[in-house]
Amino acid sequence: MHELSIALAIVDAAVEESDRRGGARVTQVHLKLGQLAGVVQSALLASYEMAAEMSGVAGSRLIIEEIPIVAFCPKCGVDRQVVSPQQICCSECGTPTPNIVTGRELEVVAMEIVEQGRDLDEITN
Amino acid sequence: MKSQTRLVEVRKQVLKQNDVTARALRDRFQQAGVFVVSLVSSPGSGKTAFLERTLTSMRSDYRVAALVGDLATDNDAQRLARSQAPVRQITTGTVCHLEAEMVRTALEGWDERELDFLFIENVGNLVCPATFDLGENLRLVLFSVTEGEDKPLKYPTIFNTADICVITKIDLAAAVEFNPELTRQNIQSVRPGMLIMEVSAKTGKGMDRWLDFLASQRAAFAGEKSQ
Repeated sequence: MHELSIALAIVDAAVEESDRRGGARVTQVHLKLGQLAGVVQSALLASYEMAAEMSGVAGSRLIIEEIPIVAFCPKCGVDRQVVSPQQICCSECGTPTPNIVTGRELEVVAMEIVEQGRDLDEITN
Repeated sequence: MKSQTRLVEVRKQVLKQNDVTARALRDRFQQAGVFVVSLVSSPGSGKTAFLERTLTSMRSDYRVAALVGDLATDNDAQRLARSQAPVRQITTGTVCHLEAEMVRTALEGWDERELDFLFIENVGNLVCPATFDLGENLRLVLFSVTEGEDKPLKYPTIFNTADICVITKIDLAAAVEFNPELTRQNIQSVRPGMLIMEVSAKTGKGMDRWLDFLASQRAAFAGEKSQ
């Protein structure tokens, strides 16, 4: 159960980004999670709630985008999705595909923030 | 005063801290000329016996040392110390895996330049260690013939992050009707092209091949360093 360590790291990243934006309130944190990242979604979501609770991003929601495993197929000559984590081979022709291109992601890619009370003039200045 | 909600783009690797530490360790090991091998497996697969035999066999030719992760006890460290090689324990408490920072801390006071090989035995767990780079040059995943041929299919992620697979307790293969061909198929399915070695730490079967392999890996690594 390493999802709590990972949730804490996500919270740290979100707090850091919020601080950088003058303490903007964070409502959502968007995460890209590869199927081969070794992280269980449900455990991560539950851990995130706990990790966020006592932090500067309390109440924010974690939105997970699952990234499929894609590997280079030497026979097709292009990147193809693999059959499954148990079968790392081309889903089109069945050739084994050891060179994985995506599927290991564990990255915060976006945050939904609420910016208080700044009007357009201030922003453009 | 109006507030507005908007989505802003952020790009942050969640495990950046671990990755940065691991990269720094890898550079340090490279500079020092020490080849680092980590071992992952489920509890009871025979990691410690395998490592003890490896350390004992290598000691006459190489300067070897080991770090061993364990949740609560130092039993494994004591067993490994019988090899006479320097061994340090990393007690993780309730943490189910090693992280790069734990390795860095455990190495304090050791001069890696005085080592040829460093082995890092992870906590017995086939799930959590997969996600954390420790700065190693080679990662071994071990499983024993008693665990069943479908182990790779149950834990594809850890097999996918490992470089080679060592099948242990091969002396028990007949007793448990172990099917090597099915095992090989399963390993190749989750990690095409993976090198597989069969060993018995008890009888020594397969150990020579493993030790030769390690020697050749280190020679190649030392070659890279001098370039």
